[in-house]
Amino acid sequence: MRLLTHNMLSSNIKGVVNGFPLRIEAEKVVEKTVEMNGEFLKKMFEKIDWKAFVDASWAMGYTELPEEADSSMLDSDEFLNRFHHALLELHLEEGALVCPETGRRFPVNKGIPNMLLHEDEV
Amino acid sequence: MASYKELPRTAQIRLVSSHQEVYEPCDDSFALVDALLADRNNLLEHHPTLCMEIGCGSGYVITSLALILGQEASGINYIATDINPHAVKVTRETLEAHGVGAELIVTDIASGLEERLTGLVDVMVVNPPYVPTPEDEVGVHGITSSWAGGENGRSVIDRILPVADRLLSEKGWLYMVTLTANNPSEICNQMRKKGYASKIVVQRSTEEESLHIIKFWRDLDKEVNESDQSASGFIGSLFALGPLLSYWRGTTSKQKQQK
Ligand SMILES: C[S@@+](CC[C@H](N)C(=O)[O-])C[C@H]1O[C@@H](n2cnc3c(N)ncnc32)[C@H](O)[C@@H]1O
Repeated sequence: MRLLTHNMLSSNIKGVVNGFPLRIEAEKVVEKTVEMNGEFLKKMFEKIDWKAFVDASWAMGYTELPEEADSSMLDSDEFLNRFHHALLELHLEEGALVCPETGRRFPVNKGIPNMLLHEDEV
Repeated sequence: MASYKELPRTAQIRLVSSHQEVYEPCDDSFALVDALLADRNNLLEHHPTLCMEIGCGSGYVITSLALILGQEASGINYIATDINPHAVKVTRETLEAHGVGAELIVTDIASGLEERLTGLVDVMVVNPPYVPTPEDEVGVHGITSSWAGGENGRSVIDRILPVADRLLSEKGWLYMVTLTANNPSEICNQMRKKGYASKIVVQRSTEEESLHIIKFWRDLDKEVNESDQSASGFIGSLFALGPLLSYWRGTTSKQKQQK
C-alpha cells in the first residue's frame, strides 16, 4: 500500500465520525522505484491531506518531507522528488492501519489492507 | 525502451494466477477487456489519473487496463478492490507476473474509500456478480460471491452504482458488464436520473447468456428532469438495436406482470 492510498482511506466502522487518517503501524516497508510524472504529482498535491501524509511518511521511516507545503513548492525539483518518493515509492508491506477513533486494527498483509468489517461493525 | 513495445497489450491467460475460490477470467471478463480495447483511443485521449476496478477477481481486467494505458510514467495510478481476500492476493500475483502494479484493498465495494476518493476516479471498470440467484446467496464467502447477484442479478449492481456516482470525477467513465436478465435499459434509466449518458460498447451472446458492456459518462449539458424521462424516446435513441430492444421491453413487461 502506497501513502497515496493511505491518504484516501478512512475507517469505515459504523458510527465512527473521525475515521481519518488511519494510524500506520509499520512492520515492513519496501521501496520500489517508479518513473516520476510531474503532472500527476501536481494533480495529486491538491487532493492530498498534507498533515496526514507527513505523519504517515514518518510512520514509514521517511522524514524528508516538510511539515507544511504549498503549491509554489511544486516548482522545486527537490521537493517534487521527495513528494514522489513518499507518495508512490514507499509501500507498507506488512503492518496495520489503526482507526483513530476506536483503535480497531485493520491488518495489512503482502501490501494489501483488509478493510472488511465484523458483523457488529457494519 | 525496446522492451516496452514488446509488452502484451492485454493480460495473458498463461500469466494470470488462480485459486480455487477465485473467479477465473471468462467470457464476461474478455468482453469487458474487449470493450476497453475498442475504446482504447478514447481512453488514451481521456488522460485518466486514477483508474479503479471494483471486484477484481483474478486481476485479468485491471492488469489489462494497466497494460493498455500505461503506468506511473503515464501519470496513472490504479486501485482495485474485492470482497474476497483470495481474489486480491491472486490479483497481486497476476499484476506482478505482467510487471505492472495497482493498489489493492480487500473491502466491500469501496468501503473506506468513499470519503476521500470522492470525485477522483476517472475510469472505473466493473464486472459485478450479476447472475440472478436467491438473495441469501449474495455476498457469502468465496467463489459464490463472484457470481451470485440476487433478484434479477441486481443486488450488488444496485449497491455499486451510487458508489460509482460518488467516486467518479466530473469527466469520469464507468464500464460495466451486465446481463440481459439485469434489465440494462432500466439500469441506464436509473443512471440517467443521476445525469449519466450511456452506450453499449460491446454486445456478446454466448450459449448461456447475453452480455452487454455499457459505458456511462456524465452528460453535463443535459441535466435531466423527471418529465424528460419518456422511456421510449430515451431507450430508442440509446439502444438503436431493434431485436434486443424489444427483448428488453419484453422482460420489463413480463416482470411487471409478475408483480
Ligand atoms: C464476475 S467476478 C469478476 C472478476 C474479474 N473482475 C473478471 O472480470 O474476471 C465478480 C467479482 O466481484 C467480487 N465481488 C462480489 N461482491 C463484491 C463486493 N460487495 N465488493 C467487492 N467485490 C465484490 C467477487 O469476489 C468477484 O471477484
